Amino acid sequence: MENFLSALFLQSGYNSALVAIGAALLGIAAGGAGTFIFLRKRALVSDAAAHATLPGICLAFMTMVALGGDGRSLAGLMAGSAISAAAALVLVDWIVRETRLPEDAAIGAVLSVFFGFGIVLMTVVQNMTAGRQAGLESFLLGSTAGMLFNEAVTIAIAGAAAGAVLFLLYRPMTLVAFDPEFAATTGIPVRATDLATMGLVLVVTVIGLKVVGLVLIVAMLIIPAVAARFWTERVDRVVLIASLMGGVSGYLGAALSAAHPQVPTGAVIVLVAFSLFVVSLLLAPARGVVASVFRHLRFQRRVHLRQGLLALARDEPIFDRLTLKVLRGEGYIRGDGVATLQGRATEANALRDEARWEVAREMHLEGSLSGRFDGLNAIEDVFTPDEIRELDRQLGGRIAVVS
Amino acid sequence: MGQEFVQLSLTPMLIGILAAVACALPGNFLLLRRQALIGDAISHVVLPGIVVAFLFTGTVSAWPMMIGASLAAIFAVVLIEAIKRVGRVDAGAAMGVVFTAMFADGVLLLELSDTSSVHLDVEHALYGNLESLIWLAADGWGSLADWTALSEMPPQVGRLALVLALVSGFLFAFWKELTISTFDEGFALSLGIRARLIGFLLVVTTAVAAVAAFDAVGSIIVIAMFICPPASARLMTNGLGHQVAWSTLFAGASAILGYVLAGYAPLWLGAENSVSAAGMIATVSGFILGFACVLGPKRKRIGAAREV
Repeated sequence: MENFLSALFLQSGYNSALVAIGAALLGIAAGGAGTFIFLRKRALVSDAAAHATLPGICLAFMTMVALGGDGRSLAGLMAGSAISAAAALVLVDWIVRETRLPEDAAIGAVLSVFFGFGIVLMTVVQNMTAGRQAGLESFLLGSTAGMLFNEAVTIAIAGAAAGAVLFLLYRPMTLVAFDPEFAATTGIPVRATDLATMGLVLVVTVIGLKVVGLVLIVAMLIIPAVAARFWTERVDRVVLIASLMGGVSGYLGAALSAAHPQVPTGAVIVLVAFSLFVVSLLLAPARGVVASVFRHLRFQRRVHLRQGLLALARDEPIFDRLTLKVLRGEGYIRGDGVATLQGRATEANALRDEARWEVAREMHLEGSLSGRFDGLNAIEDVFTPDEIRELDRQLGGRIAVVS
Repeated sequence: MGQEFVQLSLTPMLIGILAAVACALPGNFLLLRRQALIGDAISHVVLPGIVVAFLFTGTVSAWPMMIGASLAAIFAVVLIEAIKRVGRVDAGAAMGVVFTAMFADGVLLLELSDTSSVHLDVEHALYGNLESLIWLAADGWGSLADWTALSEMPPQVGRLALVLALVSGFLFAFWKELTISTFDEGFALSLGIRARLIGFLLVVTTAVAAVAAFDAVGSIIVIAMFICPPASARLMTNGLGHQVAWSTLFAGASAILGYVLAGYAPLWLGAENSVSAAGMIATVSGFILGFACVLGPKRKRIGAAREV
């Protein structure tokens, strides 16, 4: 706990402070970029890109060794991984355009084949004399133990670049995510925008290799975005909340794993993000489970109240227990099911409104489609007093109006 | 040649073929149902299942691990479905959330628990160790008829054969129901076919195939074999029966060719060591898919255009 707190406040040494800041930056960039692929419903494309980095890493290592270097320069490995991930994204796009295979099959095929080929290359690297200490396996699950200052700076620069692109392309990316056809009619190049979004994903994937590793980087792109979606219905807020959640997961995860050095950083970061997701799923006010259940119960109550009042007014017997309970709770009926005075007045109003609704539905056929004419909204909320008078006039003497 | 081949290469090849075909068969239906990535998700969540089974039993014996992995796979599928429904999230994103979180959980458990004494690590889970499944008791082709030698075969052969029989049995028994509910769920329901149950059984079958194959060859082959052979076969024909046949052929061919290329080709090229067979099998299946994409007689989409 003490270790965790000191790591949290960047007090437990140069390296873990560096890792925490790097992971937070990565999380912010990933949350923002991930939002757009999530809204475009192409979240798993990022999985293909992430797994496809492996052959690029190995090839970059082999090239650098062949050119006489030691092959472990992070910038070189990142460049290699970016190239092979880009090739994978182009291939996914090509398969979907040129053949009749659906996108998910294209993603899965490219992902597994690139990764399999990467494994082949990895065994080649391990058989090279220079390869034995290469530690390329660390890119599978990330390894922050030996993070260097210039590596953190590389992550920061790439993260800032991703943020800038996100800021510049915010509007076209939003439009394309929600309605690509409309975006096309307003003159936005849909394909180029999609490519830019994928470019962002690529940047995040590549900078995430060092921190969370290629198997789990996809979680940094997807989980914060999905979690943020529960809190709001506005894109700008989803982007902000997702970035915030990504940043918090990165920072907290890195601090936690600094306190327990044997634990891999990437896994902890992902699990922190997942707990944020669970909290959002359950508690978010806009679309969370608790809020939905609450809304559903309230709606159910209103339906039962309305139906119960109408049944009372028509002298129909009520058998439904929930209806009886709701009516009793409002004080409209007594324990033995007989209407109280207050109940009599309300049921008459309910009957009158039901009759008004019937006329209203005949008069405004198009309105009944909007769902507001379900009788659950008070008629005074939907129509002006003038309109209600007109409804009553059409009703004529059919009912006695009790006000 | 004979003795060495039977001892060192016959069983890995056989295991590769069995695993590839067992995954490719249900993969055909997953592909048509737009659930191809379920295989990807399942092969990731197998890891926590195995680790939890190990923590419970304290051994690395096969059956508890397979049960643990199957339970984890089923748990993941139920969780994905729940998040999809409750959270109104699309399938891909729900899958991405669940399998990454469960995989991270597996990694964490693995690192926190004391598994140093046993052979259990993430790399092994990812790409298996096909090359090590050798049959030392054999002394030539004659051993195939020798009961004592056969009983010394790696147990994966028997397990995978059993799973393959199970998978083909399921497809054979429910062929009509699977076909109808895959292409037209509404029609299937109107015929009284319990389409949702069939869908769930298909996923369970997939999980069993994935877990059995994973035990022998690692998760990377599993994902490749779920998708690549059926996808290649889809580009060859319009008939479902033919597609299944083609996918079996492609899966078998990938396994044989991949193993040979990994085991022998580097030696022909003058290198000293062979490369990963699992990776090579996946690579070969990718090349087959590549050829099918360029040359397959039914590769084009006809009718409605793709959504933007």
